[in-house]
Amino acid sequence: MFPGRRRLLIQLGRTGLAALTLASGLVPRLARAVEARPAFTAAGITDALKALGIANPAQSEAIHFRAPDIAENGAAVPVEVESALPGTREILLLVEKNPHVMSASFSFPDGTDAYVATRVKVAESSLIHAVIRTDAGAFYNAKLVKVTLGGCGG
Amino acid sequence: MSDPMRIRAVVKGEKVEVKILIAHAMETGQRKDAEGTVVPARYITKISASCNGREVLAADWGPSVSKNPYLSFRFKGGAKGDKLKITWADTAGDSRSDEVSIA
Repeated sequence: MFPGRRRLLIQLGRTGLAALTLASGLVPRLARAVEARPAFTAAGITDALKALGIANPAQSEAIHFRAPDIAENGAAVPVEVESALPGTREILLLVEKNPHVMSASFSFPDGTDAYVATRVKVAESSLIHAVIRTDAGAFYNAKLVKVTLGGCGG
Repeated sequence: MSDPMRIRAVVKGEKVEVKILIAHAMETGQRKDAEGTVVPARYITKISASCNGREVLAADWGPSVSKNPYLSFRFKGGAKGDKLKITWADTAGDSRSDEVSIA
């Protein structure tokens, strides 16, 4: 047998396998699996909360929410949330007008203050919601942040 | 691979105040580069903090946390000299841990 012919046969076999993998849709499925957490792929507040198992949280002024009224740069909007609600377990940040509203969740073991400060991207002027999960149910507070330069382009 | 985090942990009264800066691009997957090619998504999904092995904070992040993330929180039960360890993991499977002594 000619060595050249053998190489050709092996090569054909490999190409066939690659074509089969592509045809079965395996590659695109893997590429899409960057985000598997339902709350982070939800397009609206209601869907995101549903994915988190939260329905109709009540607004509470015991949630102190600090963010600028006007943000020059939507790529980094400082937000600070402190909950005075007893038994606060979790603080969730959701930006209403972002393509995916869910931004972050923080959970607090006993001994950690129900407080967090961070920076989020805000695509356009939007309400930012701080949803708090406590032992006695869910609550929220929201603040409107006006953005002069959107944050999702970079 | 990734640059070290900048972590400051200081005792203030009965609490420890923590401030963290992470070097990470937090790519959303929606941005295009100069050639118009979409920059693939790559962002931190998990971050946690532990003090002498006890977890003091856990967080889940999406792509809308800002580039080079900043995070601040406070906890009780930490003393000067205790070890505070921060760990993150991103969508590309990369992760990093850094540890500081509480001042």
